[in-house]
Amino acid sequence: MLDFPRWKITGIVGVLLIAVLLAIPSLLPERIVSQSPVNLPRINLGLDLAGGSYLLLEADTNDVAAAKIETMRDQIATEMRRGNPTIAIGDISGRDGKLSFMVRDPSQVDAARERLLGIVGSGVGMTGQREWDVEVVDSTRFVLTPTKAGLAQEVDRAMSVATEVVRRRIDELGTREPTIIRQGTDRIVVQVPGLQDPQALKDLLGKTAKLEFKLVDVNADPQQVAQGIAPIGDVILPFADDPSGQRKIALKRSTVISGDQLADARQEFDQQNGQPVVAITFNGEGGRRFARVTQENVNKPFAIIVDNQVISAPNIDEAIMGGRAQIRGGFSVQSANELAIALRSGKLPVDLKVVDESTVGPDLGQDSIRAGILASAVAAAAVVAFMLVTYGRFGVYANLAVIINVFVILAAMAIISATLTLPGIAGFVLTIGTAVDANVLINERIREERRRGRSVVQAVELGYKEASRTIFEANMTHAISGLVMLLMGSGPVKGFAVVLLIGIATSVFTAVTFTRMLVALWIRKNRPTDINI
Amino acid sequence: MRLLKIVPDNTNIGFVRLRYWAFGLTLLLSIASVALVGVKHLNFGVDFVGGLMIEERFPSPPEIDKVRSTIDRLGVGTSTLQQFSDPRLVTIRLPVQDGADEGATNRVVRTVEQALAKEFPGATFSRYSTVSGKVSSELVRNGILAVVLAMIGISLFAIFRFEWQFGVSTFVAILHDLLMTLGFFALTQLEFDLTIVAAVLTIIGYSINDKIVIDDRIRENMRKYRSMSMSDLVDLSVNETLPRTVMTSVTILLALGAMLFLGGHVLRGFTAAMILGVIVGTYSSIYVSSSLLITLGLRAQPPAPGSGGKAERIAEQP
Repeated sequence: MLDFPRWKITGIVGVLLIAVLLAIPSLLPERIVSQSPVNLPRINLGLDLAGGSYLLLEADTNDVAAAKIETMRDQIATEMRRGNPTIAIGDISGRDGKLSFMVRDPSQVDAARERLLGIVGSGVGMTGQREWDVEVVDSTRFVLTPTKAGLAQEVDRAMSVATEVVRRRIDELGTREPTIIRQGTDRIVVQVPGLQDPQALKDLLGKTAKLEFKLVDVNADPQQVAQGIAPIGDVILPFADDPSGQRKIALKRSTVISGDQLADARQEFDQQNGQPVVAITFNGEGGRRFARVTQENVNKPFAIIVDNQVISAPNIDEAIMGGRAQIRGGFSVQSANELAIALRSGKLPVDLKVVDESTVGPDLGQDSIRAGILASAVAAAAVVAFMLVTYGRFGVYANLAVIINVFVILAAMAIISATLTLPGIAGFVLTIGTAVDANVLINERIREERRRGRSVVQAVELGYKEASRTIFEANMTHAISGLVMLLMGSGPVKGFAVVLLIGIATSVFTAVTFTRMLVALWIRKNRPTDINI
Repeated sequence: MRLLKIVPDNTNIGFVRLRYWAFGLTLLLSIASVALVGVKHLNFGVDFVGGLMIEERFPSPPEIDKVRSTIDRLGVGTSTLQQFSDPRLVTIRLPVQDGADEGATNRVVRTVEQALAKEFPGATFSRYSTVSGKVSSELVRNGILAVVLAMIGISLFAIFRFEWQFGVSTFVAILHDLLMTLGFFALTQLEFDLTIVAAVLTIIGYSINDKIVIDDRIRENMRKYRSMSMSDLVDLSVNETLPRTVMTSVTILLALGAMLFLGGHVLRGFTAAMILGVIVGTYSSIYVSSSLLITLGLRAQPPAPGSGGKAERIAEQP
């Protein structure tokens, strides 16, 4: 117990000193820190405490209608062909928010209507309203118009998916704790705390991340392609690396594989030339399809398309098995990473445009924060005073430990640049509470052992030994719950867990090791025969 | 200096004797809590259910707490205020009103508009729209899953480190604390928002801490007093840890008391939940988890042959 060699003391004091120094930038006002020549790590204050950047995103609802019509068009084409008997249709087109097609054989009109109602009928939404109006003009031409209710529902569905995709993308950036709110029918409010670079956020959210693989039409006439005239069954798309949009390529219209079949996407480096690439992994079905398509098209080029821009159009040298592929295309590490995040968080069902940008004040309001700070100061003073009158000298040590612990937690959070929000503060309060509890446990044990008639040194030693076991058990349980919440939770649950985990590690050190050192030094120096505890 | 001692030395309170009453009471309160949540529902705040967003432009940067108190007096729910880079522009978020049809929404908007115009001459109302909650259903699902998995993880840990009875009793006790807290929120209809989620997590944390401390002492005493009856042993352990339980609870309540009175209204629900949690958690450590150990049939190892003596204290290393 009394055996605290000099190197150990130096070590403990050294670690704590460094931690206190690292915590200081987080406590100083931002304008003082920003003047410092070195870049000091600092805690990010969350939206509720300090505000942050604000983006208002707006969805293009015409897009949703167009996509809805496009899907229906594909569905009709397949169903008419697949059913028995086959119904030949022609002149199918989606224009002006309507979808129309013609039945070639007039005697099949009734059968076509029957089959069409089967398709459209299956699209009846939860509200029980029809999603399409169907009418027949000129006895063979069908015209489908999406109803208002159907469109509204479609927009609503798209927006809720979009909101989740936006959240996933921001969560990928680290423990940011964004606020994401749907506003009105077609807008999303995004608030991110302390973001230095709103442009990166805008780039990330602006990507639709629609990934497609299409075969290149090698027979297309290059001159016609340059003029934008597509052969039948083809589409013409520009290359992403050519901002002028001059370089174009003709591709088969049908998409062989799409991003829906992705299992994962990561930024990696090319084995051969060390260039940043995006490595993608398909899910089972996508992998099989990818293998089949590449097998059937060896020595032909295919194009990798993101958001209707061709990233690259390599030749298929051999069949690619195993469901893994690389997207190359002159990426930087950052742009490859952004694309990987966008692909893995899923495709936005609708394009989002930034319509407003601003900074916002704290969610909680300056007044509440002032009140909170005052309350915390009074609470801290009360706890310190109470520990002092209960445990005397041992209370002083406990208080020292708690104060230093606060600094150490702040330092640790600054190093991993965690975001501190109100739930984080709750985690803080819990850690401080259990740290105080650790000292209460130790001191009560010492009291107990003194009552049993043990000598000062023995009582202190046993007190620390027995209490340490209890403290270990309690902290292990805490750590388990913290870990689960960190891995599973997001938003406030995650913020709480981060602070809790850091606090567990630091409080054991300060509440047990540090106070033990102080007590040992005092006993060694004074050799008391009785202690006031 | 004479030091303060809240709990006298060597208390001998018969906690365990009352356990059947306590079980009855606990069961009754738990059922009541579930029923309350089922019937009255939780009063979810704007964080969860979304609501209205009103943008108000003031002639000069307003005092935020004055705006807040003006709106609070209207009885339209708790508001969340946020200032933009232009501090004269303030957004006001309000939860969805009961039976919100368009008419009701418009009435709320008009009430707020008129009250603000009266209190702050020159304030103009620029627009309003409906907003979703901050918390999507996916987030809620993940959060609940995280808490449930954490509870299971803790119970497994307790089974692994102690005996299976400790795992079960800890799980039941945490569940009890959760139910009580939710019941309290259903009863008082205090707004349940993201800060309360943090408070609930903190409550669980404190409560687990409390249980492990007592559990650890029970285990220790089981080794020391091998032939003592389980109920005496639990009583002894709870009494031995009583000074610590009271000390810690008083310390925390002191801190929370300061928060309740000085923390302003945003922290009030948070603090109320925590105070309730400390009380409920302490109760459940003694009357739910510890007493349950007896019912679950935990017993000390039979005395090793030849050790003799009743309630013999196993020697400790000095």
